Amino acid sequence: MKLIFEKSQTGRRGGELPHYELPPAKVPDELRRETAPRLPELAEPEIVRHFTELSTRNFGIDTGFYPLGSCTMKYNPRVNERLAMLPGFRDLHPYQDEDASQGALELMWRLQEALIEVSGLHACSLQPAAGSQGELTGLLLMRAYFADRGEAEQRDTIITADTAHGTNPASVTMAGYNLAKVETDARGNVDVAHLRQMVDERTAGLMLTNPSTLGLFDEHIEEIAEIFHEVGALLYYDGANLNAVCGISRPGDMGFDIVHINLHKTFSQPHGGGGPGGGPVVVRDKLEPFLPVPALVRDGERFRLDHDRPKSIGKVRGFTGPFGVFVRSYAYIRSYGPRLREMSEVAVLNANYLLARLREAYDLPYDRLAMHEFVLSARSLKREHGITALDVAKRLMDYGFHPPTIYFPLVVPEALMVEPTETEAKETLDEFADAMLAIAREAENDPELLRQAPHARPVKRLDEVLAAKRAIVKYGFDQHPDLSGAQPEPRQLEAQKGT
Amino acid sequence: MSYLSLTERDREEMLAAIGVSSVEELFRDIPAGVRFGRELDLGPPLSEQELSRHLEELAARNVDSSKELSFLGAGIYDHYVPAVVDTVLQRGEFLTAYTPYQPEMSQGVLQAIFEYQTVICELTGMDVSNASGYDGTTVAADACYVAKHATGRTKVVVTEATNPQVRQVVKTYASGFGLEVVEVPHRGGVTDPDELRRAATDAACVIFQQPNFFGCLEPAPDLAAAANDAEAIAVAHVDPISLGVLEAPGAYGCGMAIGEGQSAGNYQSFAGPHYGFLAARKEFIRRMPGRIVGETLDAAGERGYVLTLQTREQHIRREKATSNITTNQTLLALAGLVHLSWLGPQGLREVGETCMSLAAYAQSRLADAGLEPAFSERTTFKEFAVRTGRNAQDAIRSARERGVHPGYALGRDYQGFDDALLVAVTERRTPADIDRLVEALAK
Amino acid sequence: MAASETYPDDLRYHAEHDWARIEGDEAVLGITWFAQDALGELVHYEPPNEGDTIAKDSVYGEVESVKAVSDVIAPLSGEVLQVNAKVVEEPETVNDDPYGDGWLVRVRLTNPAEADSLLDVDAYKHVVAEA
Repeated sequence: MKLIFEKSQTGRRGGELPHYELPPAKVPDELRRETAPRLPELAEPEIVRHFTELSTRNFGIDTGFYPLGSCTMKYNPRVNERLAMLPGFRDLHPYQDEDASQGALELMWRLQEALIEVSGLHACSLQPAAGSQGELTGLLLMRAYFADRGEAEQRDTIITADTAHGTNPASVTMAGYNLAKVETDARGNVDVAHLRQMVDERTAGLMLTNPSTLGLFDEHIEEIAEIFHEVGALLYYDGANLNAVCGISRPGDMGFDIVHINLHKTFSQPHGGGGPGGGPVVVRDKLEPFLPVPALVRDGERFRLDHDRPKSIGKVRGFTGPFGVFVRSYAYIRSYGPRLREMSEVAVLNANYLLARLREAYDLPYDRLAMHEFVLSARSLKREHGITALDVAKRLMDYGFHPPTIYFPLVVPEALMVEPTETEAKETLDEFADAMLAIAREAENDPELLRQAPHARPVKRLDEVLAAKRAIVKYGFDQHPDLSGAQPEPRQLEAQKGT
Repeated sequence: MSYLSLTERDREEMLAAIGVSSVEELFRDIPAGVRFGRELDLGPPLSEQELSRHLEELAARNVDSSKELSFLGAGIYDHYVPAVVDTVLQRGEFLTAYTPYQPEMSQGVLQAIFEYQTVICELTGMDVSNASGYDGTTVAADACYVAKHATGRTKVVVTEATNPQVRQVVKTYASGFGLEVVEVPHRGGVTDPDELRRAATDAACVIFQQPNFFGCLEPAPDLAAAANDAEAIAVAHVDPISLGVLEAPGAYGCGMAIGEGQSAGNYQSFAGPHYGFLAARKEFIRRMPGRIVGETLDAAGERGYVLTLQTREQHIRREKATSNITTNQTLLALAGLVHLSWLGPQGLREVGETCMSLAAYAQSRLADAGLEPAFSERTTFKEFAVRTGRNAQDAIRSARERGVHPGYALGRDYQGFDDALLVAVTERRTPADIDRLVEALAK
Repeated sequence: MAASETYPDDLRYHAEHDWARIEGDEAVLGITWFAQDALGELVHYEPPNEGDTIAKDSVYGEVESVKAVSDVIAPLSGEVLQVNAKVVEEPETVNDDPYGDGWLVRVRLTNPAEADSLLDVDAYKHVVAEA
């Protein structure tokens, strides 16, 4: 498929602007643009065709089953899109007077309250733009808390699990902490004996997700919390897996002091091909003074932004956070109300059902009930037929499914992490299971078919090594028929290529 | 309402296949001490209709720019978003897709990001762009992180004329990065290159904004030269909508260009979600934070696109990653690509010229009415500071009574400007609107 | 095109999967077959500069594949005399010939006695077996 630049013709344009009879703008010579940027030149119908064609080469939740473990690819309700586009939300400037923004401020306040209720903690900031920014915020909160107590020098280490999502150690480094890793035991829990050896008065805290990235609830969570609290350290909850336990077990009750929630996972903000998201943090009351500024507070029937926060860590993002995301998540939470519990129950039911159907054909590293996701291994397929998790993933595409997460968590070789979510019908789960079982048989009978997969997508398997070597990260324009001055190649009809 | 398909029959069959007798049993690994014993206190479940009514009621209590003539800017602007942007963003294949880790499933998003990266490089005169950052403030922190690792220096310089929120966010992140932040004051609404050069000794980078927060045009090539003289990386924080009339940072010696993308393709939306952009010269490619899409070939020799240089990113590099960013702002960046494609180079130039001439018209009409510009010698782009002759909050209050929001009270962020307003004039305003502004602010 | 698994016995080894070929008061350094196999096909080599001083057990460069970046650890201390430009141009040379054409740097040793603390081929094969 051509790039939009390859469809561009000098002199074409999409939109036109109103003209006013005014003295023209005068840019000083030394600041004026010399050469126009080579933006695409297409009329509007061609622009719409181009992006429509691109969309047909993409697969979303709307297209089909998308069981990416740790991503919670649930249905994104359409009414939320309509609500986020109400002019009162869509066209509101962030610096509008507070008395003229009460609807927006109230929505945010109510969302804060809902997240506080779901987490079992006391105060919330909606500011962080995504989960990993929430993590960094949480770590900066820890820093500020310990500095306030005169323990800043002393507390220099954060402990993460070896199953942790890569954002955890990256955030630790960005926050200026040292990183230590605790091992996972044979049941998939944090190895408490190993943990006890590691935790001391130099420990600032723990970063953990529960259930873990293995999809397992840590059976020793109460003991773990005690180990950290005994030495005056804090616990941070990575909310990526909250979809398993809403209304069933709250991170605050598990002993966590700081929680980030992924609004684009648990609370249905569409992923948009990579973002936007939202990563609000919820904290125990002793951490409230350090939350990002401004804080959103309620005074009777009025809502206002409080900038007088002397102990705040500062600002992690512009303004008060991604408001459009708040509209969608708030709407989602109000749709369910207390039935969020049922959402989690069905997420867990769907995952365990799929696990029951697949466990005979794939290796199961931890033989326990799953929560909302589970991890299988393709290591037997690799050993017996030379087929990897990657090959399985590519072949699943031919069956019309998006593959699960592969090669994560790192503690499981040839990992396949499957998270169906609660919005899938049983028939879809059965079709997926049938496909996975068929692929296991194909691994034995026709492994080359898998190694050459996918066969049914717009492209064949793509060469990632070549991409890294060439590092071509933008269009070169030297090939452009118009802008390079080269002679145009004779046109060849797409459908005739390869004949 | 819920979005569940599960029927009673489904539940029974599934429980039987799993080998448990109830859904409750699936949670048996959760210790009793951490089980939540009551219902979540979240109000009753609402049908779609009830939900809409509730949110419409909340939206109705906001005075948005369809209800009031607004000249508010200060970082977020009321530019015209063409209908095609909505059309493209509503395609479910874009809206509901995940990050393109499986490239054969995601050529649509990957190619779109590649096109976006190209457009950002064209606008800024740089060699490499990432797939977006969170917003115009966090990309400044990202640039500091890159500069620290590229130079080994631990000081960064930011001009006082840079957006106050950008400066605040840089300071918040600097504490974790181990960076000292030094500010260079504005002199009459712009920055003095010699003062900047002195401050930039031993700095990893220098960040300046063009046009700056006051809407004034900085002597950007001289500021970049001052940074380069000190061997600090020059980082320009720029307005994408200005880059049809103002020179690209890459053409005057900058090592990186960053900014808030909202003016290109996004609604104001009470400040989010939008997208930040970050572009750099090719020597920084391996230090770039965020996702980057690269071109490659598939097994049949056809061109395709993949996430590349992923070893920089958190999911592989982990504690040595160039950043922790995972989820970014792809959909909003896609909106930017669509908008900029719809404008084309000619349209982008016209938007810049229109904003600039409308703003100049507003500035001169206000001056005629006795409201002097705060920085009369400076050329401004789409925004300018004006002295109202009284407390700016009072001026806002009385103007709003006449249905006009006249702009941002500059005294919130700068000493000695309690009587000043920052007035933004985009291509959505008309000369008649400006006449109304003048009337609303007249004493 | 990758080489088959070998560990030449005329080399000295470091537990972080690096090798040294000592030639009088100079040494040639590189990464072992095990390291290149774990990384996969190399796409980038970030070398030190000629004239730099590198220290035993410290990082002197990076090699990168699609799936991982790895620090390259110096088995010995020295001054960098030469960087292998071929590997900079074609990093996959390391996969094809990790001990020959795939060498990374040549150094003048500043502390030749350090060689005593390096592993011989049998001790290194033991490290590989444990990994």
